[in-house]
Parts: sequence; C-alpha cells; structure tokens
Amino acid sequence: MNLLRELLENLRQFVATIGATTLFLGRVLGQVPQALLRPGLIIDQIHNAGALSLVIIMTCGLFVGAVLGLQGYDLLQRFGSEDALGTAAALALVKELGPVVTALLFAGRAGTALASEIGLMRATDQLTAMEMMAVDPIRRVVAPRFLGGVIAMPLLTVIFIAVGIFGVQVVGVQMFGVDSASFWSQMRASVGVDDVTEGIVKGCVFGFACSLVAVYEGYTAIPTAEGVGRATTRTVVTSAVLTLILDYMLTALML
Amino acid sequence: MAPTQPEIPGTPATDNLVEIRDVHYSVGNRPIFSGLTLSIPRGRITAVMGPSGTGKTTLLRLMTGQIRPDRGQILFDGLDVATLSRKELYELRLRMGMLFQNGALLTDTDVFENVAFPLREHTDLPDNLIRNIVLTKLQAVGLRGAAELMPSELSGGMARRVALARAMATDPEILIYDEPFTGLDPISMGMIVRLVRQMNYALGITSIVVSHDVEELSILADTSYIIAGGKVAAAGTFVELKDHNSEIVNQFMHGLADGPVAFHYPAPDYYEQLLTDKE
Repeated sequence: MNLLRELLENLRQFVATIGATTLFLGRVLGQVPQALLRPGLIIDQIHNAGALSLVIIMTCGLFVGAVLGLQGYDLLQRFGSEDALGTAAALALVKELGPVVTALLFAGRAGTALASEIGLMRATDQLTAMEMMAVDPIRRVVAPRFLGGVIAMPLLTVIFIAVGIFGVQVVGVQMFGVDSASFWSQMRASVGVDDVTEGIVKGCVFGFACSLVAVYEGYTAIPTAEGVGRATTRTVVTSAVLTLILDYMLTALML
Repeated sequence: MAPTQPEIPGTPATDNLVEIRDVHYSVGNRPIFSGLTLSIPRGRITAVMGPSGTGKTTLLRLMTGQIRPDRGQILFDGLDVATLSRKELYELRLRMGMLFQNGALLTDTDVFENVAFPLREHTDLPDNLIRNIVLTKLQAVGLRGAAELMPSELSGGMARRVALARAMATDPEILIYDEPFTGLDPISMGMIVRLVRQMNYALGITSIVVSHDVEELSILADTSYIIAGGKVAAAGTFVELKDHNSEIVNQFMHGLADGPVAFHYPAPDYYEQLLTDKE
C-alpha cells in the first residue's frame, strides 16, 4: 500500500515537473526576441558554454575516435574489410557517438556550470534584486544562457566529430597502415548529407534539451548550498537520461 | 486596543505613499499576518520593527509585489500591488529602490557595473553620462575609489554601501532597507545611518527601514511600527514606544528576556529530556 502511494506520489511529481518545465520554457521562449536584441549577452554565453568546453570536447573526441579506430580495425580485419574503417567510424561518429557523447560532456561541463551559476544567483538574492530593479531575470539571465547553450551544442558536436575522425585516421591509417586513399574516399562516398543532417539535428535537439534542463534546475533550485548542489546533480542525471531517450526517438524517426 | 496611526508633524494624515489594509498572509498553515494595517507617510523615514520571525521581511516582499496577500489590500500610491500584472509591477518597481540584507550585488561584474546596471537596463543614456551618474552615487556612499573592485573584494559594510548606491541609481521615490545594520561594525553602521538620513531629506524620498536594531532606529526613524502576533502591536515615535504599556512592546524595546516572546522554542521538559535514554 505504501509502495503504491509512493509510486503515485512520484508520478504526480513527475507530471508536475513536466508541467512546470513547459510553463518555464514558454516564459523563456517569450523572452527570446528581447534577448536577441542584446547579442553581446548571448555571445558571452556561447563563449562560456562553447569555447570553455572546447578542450574537454576535443580531448574526448580524439580518444573516442582512437578507440573507435582500434575496435573498428580489430573487427573489420577479421573480414578483410579494413578499408571500410573510415566509413564505419565516420557513420558511427556522425550519426550517434558525436551528438550523444558531446551532449553528455556538455551536460557535465556547461550544464552544471549553468545550473550552479543560476542557482547561486537565486541563493544570494541576485535574481530577486534584478526583479526589484524591474529587470526580468528570465530575459536578462536565463534566455541568453539558454540560447548560448542551444547555439554552442551543435558547434561542439561538429568539432567533436571532426576531431573524432582525425583520431580514427591516426589509429587506422598512421598506426595500422590502412590505405589513406581508401579510408577517405570510402568515407566520402558513404557518408551522405542525410547522415550529417541527422547528426546536426540531434546536436540541436540535445542542446535544446540539456540547456533547458540546466537553466530550469538552476532557476528553481532551493536557495541553499544543498539545494544548489542537488540542482546541479539533477542537471547531469536528467540531461543524460533525456539525451539517451531523445536519441532513441530521433534515430527511430530518421531511419 | 488597536494602535492608531501616528501623527507626524508636517505630514497630512492622508499623504501616505504606502497603505496596508487588513492584510492576511499565511505560509502553509502558519499565519504570518492576520489583519495587518499600517501606513507609510510620504517623505518620511518609517521603521518596521519586531522580534525575529514576525514577518518583517515578508512585509517588504508583500509591499513590493514579490508575494501576494491571502486577503486585504496593499496600496502603493493608490495602486493595489496585488492586482498588478507583471508588466505593471515592473513599472511600479522603477519607482522603488531596495537594499537587501546581504547587498545582493551581481558577483560577475565590478562595483561600477553593479551601480550602472539599472541605468543600462532602463535608459538609453550615453556611456559618459552613465559614468558620471555612477561616480556621483559612489561618491555619495564614499566608494568612488572602489569602482573597479569586484564584490568578492568588498567587506560586508562596503557591499551594503554599493548596494545602496545601486538602489538610488535611478532616483527612486521610495527606498526600502531590509535589515541594513545586521553584521556591521559601529563605524559602518553609523555611516549607513547618516546616509539613510541624508538621502531621505536631501532627495525628498520616502524610506522604510526594517530592522530590530532599536538604538539605530531611534536615531533614524520619524515613526515606527512594532509588529508582533501578525498585527501592529504599537505605532508611534520612539519616545512613545519606549513608554508603551503593552507587555510585548516593553519587552522588545527594552530587550527583556522574560515576556510574551519566549526565548526558548517550545520543547519538552529540559531535565526530563536529558534523563531520558534516547532509543
């Protein structure tokens, strides 16, 4: 009986959170035109969410690509198809690994930074002070950060994919001696515009979802140290789960 | 007997900038206000005092439209704050300045930009004019030399002075101070008291000071309210409040440990609890 009550309570909370997030999204989208009039604020946030994530994105991209090269070569050489390494790795990176891993890294680096920054602004009355100065924090703080994340994510995805392919090439061509011409030509022949579009669409959708989760969790954080900590943790967990669910839905949709 | 509206020399009885009429407000099942009525006269310094937890800060949040009362009216210059839309509320807040207990400075910008913030947000003034206004406000609080410091480099007193400069940047009609003296050393406290008085009379604005620092408020306030039990327990000048016959007012004004406001939070018997083994 208790278990059932707990389940129902959790369900009620889940539905309430979905509703609150939707209303919050409506408020944020309503302020986007105003925020666009101050491009300087958005560029600052693209720098914070994007440029400051470059090192981690490029490092991880390189090693994900390198591992893909190792595993791909090991698998393909069993069938004598090493030349297909470029195609296999590029498709995996462009369609799946690039957007998904970038989104997970984005949630861990930029998402947590966004949530904790906004949460701390709430805890130290900075958002209330803005409201008292007749400045809407959604317009001044939330919308530019949301837009910054939405714009930065697809760019980071493209960079992750490019560096990842470089990692595959280093392992496949430089280390194992796969023919360079075959590697690149097969890749160019097999990876179409649809595949690249799929990767970029996923990057945009994940960027939208992860940025929304981060600003929502920060804005609604309980204004205490523990509250901000919990909001930050929830940002990572929710973003990761949401990314994987959305990935499945988008893949099914674009197959 | 309900306290009456204090008479202030030179102020017509009806010239109130803020009027709070029979306000009821609860948090969950806990009533904070149950029929609170008070007025803030225009151009004067009004103190709102009361023991901790009586809802002083809640009163400020109600006055500024951050929260809405369950019942009753809060009139700001005739406008019912609780019925205003977000846009109307923001327009109203342009006429207010608020000093937060912790300063609430924006931590990612320096002192200059903090004071310039409301000007940049609400005006199209050229940079050189904004610079002059900001420097004038910082000069008034004695921190022109600290314009390039970050909030993390300021002491508590300095942060509150910067917040004061920011609150008056747009020349509001009313300045609201939430616990402006908490945690300040005597020098900073004296400075804040002088600043509040000077600004009030030099600029002709209305001030509301919420605090429980009886000594400082006795120097500062033209009129005072003591809130207790969700209502105004007493109102008047400091001399009147010092001699008030209400037990709770007497306890508060003279800082007595025994009285209607219990020092101890309700708890089981002390010795019994100590001697009982905790299972």
